[in-house]
Amino acid sequence: MAVELCEAVVQAAADGTAVQIQGGNSKAFYGRETAGRVLAVSGHSGVVDYEPSELVVTVRTGTAVSALEAALAREGQMLAFEPPRFGDAATVGGVVASGLSGPRRPYCGAVRDFVLGARIINGRGEHLRFGGQVMKNVAGYDVSRLMVGALGTLGVITEVSFKVLPVPVRDATLRMALPADLAIQRMNEWAARPLPISGTCHTNGELYVRLSGSESGVAAAVNRLGGDAVDDAAFWESLREQRLDFFTAQTPLWRVSVPPAVPPLAIEGEWLTEWGGAQRWLKSPLAVETIREQVAAAGGHAILFRGGDRSGPVFHPLPQPLLALHQRLKNAFDPGRLFNPGRLYEGV
Amino acid sequence: MSHSDKPLDPPSLAERDALAREFQRWLPAEAVLHQPEQLRPYECDGLSAYRRLPLVVVLPDTVEQVQQVMRYCAAQGIPVVARGAGTGLSGGALPLSNGVLLSLTKFTRVLDIDPVNRTARVQPGVRNLAISEAVAALDLYYAPDPSSQIACTIGGNVAENAGGLHCLKYGLTVHNIIRLQVVTVDGELVTIGADSLDSPGYDLLALMTGSEGMLGIIVEVTVKLLAKPESAKLIMASFDHVEKAGDAVGAIIASGIVPGGLEMMDNPATRATEDFVHAGYDTDAAAILFCELDGVPEEIDDDLERVKQVLDQNGCTRIRIARDESERQLFWSGRKSAFPAVGRISPDYYCIDGTIPRKQIGFVLTRIAQLSEEYGLRVANVFHAGDGNLHPLILYDGNQPGEFERTEELGARILEACIEVGGTITGEHGVGVEKIDQMCVQFAPAELRQFHALKEAFDPHRLLNPGKAVPTLARCAEFRAMHVHGGELKFPELERF
Ligand SMILES: Cc1cc2nc3c(=O)[nH]c(=O)nc-3n(C[C@H](O)[C@H](O)[C@H](O)COP(=O)(O)OP(=O)(O)OC[C@H]3O[C@@H](n4cnc5c(N)ncnc54)[C@H](O)[C@@H]3O)c2cc1C
Repeated sequence: MAVELCEAVVQAAADGTAVQIQGGNSKAFYGRETAGRVLAVSGHSGVVDYEPSELVVTVRTGTAVSALEAALAREGQMLAFEPPRFGDAATVGGVVASGLSGPRRPYCGAVRDFVLGARIINGRGEHLRFGGQVMKNVAGYDVSRLMVGALGTLGVITEVSFKVLPVPVRDATLRMALPADLAIQRMNEWAARPLPISGTCHTNGELYVRLSGSESGVAAAVNRLGGDAVDDAAFWESLREQRLDFFTAQTPLWRVSVPPAVPPLAIEGEWLTEWGGAQRWLKSPLAVETIREQVAAAGGHAILFRGGDRSGPVFHPLPQPLLALHQRLKNAFDPGRLFNPGRLYEGV
Repeated sequence: MSHSDKPLDPPSLAERDALAREFQRWLPAEAVLHQPEQLRPYECDGLSAYRRLPLVVVLPDTVEQVQQVMRYCAAQGIPVVARGAGTGLSGGALPLSNGVLLSLTKFTRVLDIDPVNRTARVQPGVRNLAISEAVAALDLYYAPDPSSQIACTIGGNVAENAGGLHCLKYGLTVHNIIRLQVVTVDGELVTIGADSLDSPGYDLLALMTGSEGMLGIIVEVTVKLLAKPESAKLIMASFDHVEKAGDAVGAIIASGIVPGGLEMMDNPATRATEDFVHAGYDTDAAAILFCELDGVPEEIDDDLERVKQVLDQNGCTRIRIARDESERQLFWSGRKSAFPAVGRISPDYYCIDGTIPRKQIGFVLTRIAQLSEEYGLRVANVFHAGDGNLHPLILYDGNQPGEFERTEELGARILEACIEVGGTITGEHGVGVEKIDQMCVQFAPAELRQFHALKEAFDPHRLLNPGKAVPTLARCAEFRAMHVHGGELKFPELERF
């Protein structure tokens, strides 16, 4: 299958036609509109190598995320960055290309923190291998991590090695009624203390905290933090998959990324705050520029996550020298500009 | 890709003077060094077998000055090698005889500490340990702790993606920085990463980390600070066979525990460090394993029992648990000073840095022992066992003709063994000049071409640390031919010792 993918790329290069790389198509809503012949990767599936005692799994990128997670769960392990799937069809390639992480991210790391190696097909149709299956590797530039969040614009990712972690023995969720400003303060105070926090979310005037670890460690932390213990594992799954009521509206949905302790921003709209304050969701009809100006002033950036104009600047505009660097990098990997043209930025 | 590895004619004194005068027009006189005796301290980094004098050394202390240096060098086509503390072990900061050595040691200010967002913004010349010291009162610390942390700089750490004793649980440099200020080859100042957890566009922060001064000059680093663990316990376990110790490492990880640190030393390393720090190590053991558990005290107690069980099941002969904080520090001190300790028992030593899958530890250690015998050179092993990152130290005497060459060859054989079992030629010390030939073994020509194309996106004229980290395809072709014939010197143009 990898050979066929390479051939398809070589053909596209010869024809000078763009390709849209597609896994499960579960994240088609994300990023800018792109055009081109569909290059389906979902047939390139299966676990290549999994040794639980090494905490490493190598998997073809067409593999369904749910299938990978099931294989890990059988060994008591998990993808610690809890990637949102947004549908059963979601593939591992989409997880890496979109670079989206779930509730555990601020406490454990993002997709890129768990990627150890990758194989990619570049715009010349060459199948290349970077990084590896070991925990530490500084031979050559870190091309595998560069693929994370690049939305397929640098190459077709065909295989990825992830570091995996044991599933914690115990989880507990606490809930407490708090206004947004105090909730953000509280999340940041806790983060400065050695507590086994694995998720935080403020919505509808309530702060949810998840603790994960050993029986005794979690029990001790529950005592220290107080609040109501709720039996609500489903809450975190709904948050991760954006199935909470908050996410069902038709208004454009913004993802706002700011330094975690920034107080609530005075931008009109409805907010849901997670990641200890570092990731905030905003439903707002306001103009793109108005939102971005305020977020940038707070030291952050804003992505038009769902809805709105998908042909405009969906991602926060880059300063000129950085945009130029992005274009040169694109050129270094994909000189024919074949892969997902414009999905990330115009001209990239 | 036309960069030539051929030796260059040494520059004349007049050339040196002329360039120095040029820099002194806009840098303070004392920030420009050009007399050979002033240049001497910069002729090598921690890999002292390779030495070369730079054309001049510049020591700017403002970002504007760095920009000016880069603008001038870019315009004149002069190569630039950045240097932090020079503790690198792969020759990454080795000067070029036709190039400028840009030292960042004057950039020693901690610019800002943000206790609420738990970050520190520091200049690149700040020493690794100085960051943790600056925030200790807040019960925060900077997690990556290379053994060289009293001396090495954060800029050098970023450039090498440095690791340390506690990286198994808390990550490498790449996991612990959020933002960089970088001066590009043509003197532009760009921000990479952000004060938030992510930034728009490509993950250039990951790309800069470990890029060995080949993509830009790092002039500011914002690091993440972590809450100090509430408490920590250190277990020291003896084994009568290195292979058993290796298996115990895999078994601990497989049991679902992620120790704060999991390190190993073999008998020669244990003896050398015991003589050096008198920590009470078991010098009869074939190997000792250090396993640190940290977190909330209740959790540590649970895990401690489980670790002891796993160690017993894997045939450990003796267990000691540090009684208190000072004994814990004492136990660690030997592991941290393993390199200098080994340095005392041999005129010279050469440190290797391969990483392998953990399950291969026993196999590779046995292979190293065979190779050691074959080459008639002693090897002491200390390593980041939890990450599978080996540091075999080859003991040799540089004054014995041919011994360094044999040492290098043995090192190369060890690295090739690492590649064979699915590992890599460098876990944390970088490729530099040292492992450039092994890059030809680890990567295919198309992959190397991709690396060169990537570099050119940052540095089209290849002025930043040229000739390091990624070999030219021509060099690899030569290497493959030489590998067949053997016996030739790796860098014939370089002065040795
Ligand atoms: C006794 C000893 C123990 C060690 N233990 C460890 C360990 O446990 N873990 C580990 O990872 N390493 C270890 N090292 C290796 C070394 O300390 C690290 O690689 C360290 O990160 C180098 O930092 P430095 O400031 O000395 O950099 P230098 O040696 O000065 O430079 C290293 C590389 O970084 C580049 N560089 C430096 N500063 C900049 C900058 N500001 N911008 C761009 N490029 C730059 C240089 O060009 C060079 O390529 C050890 C070394 C010694 C001598």
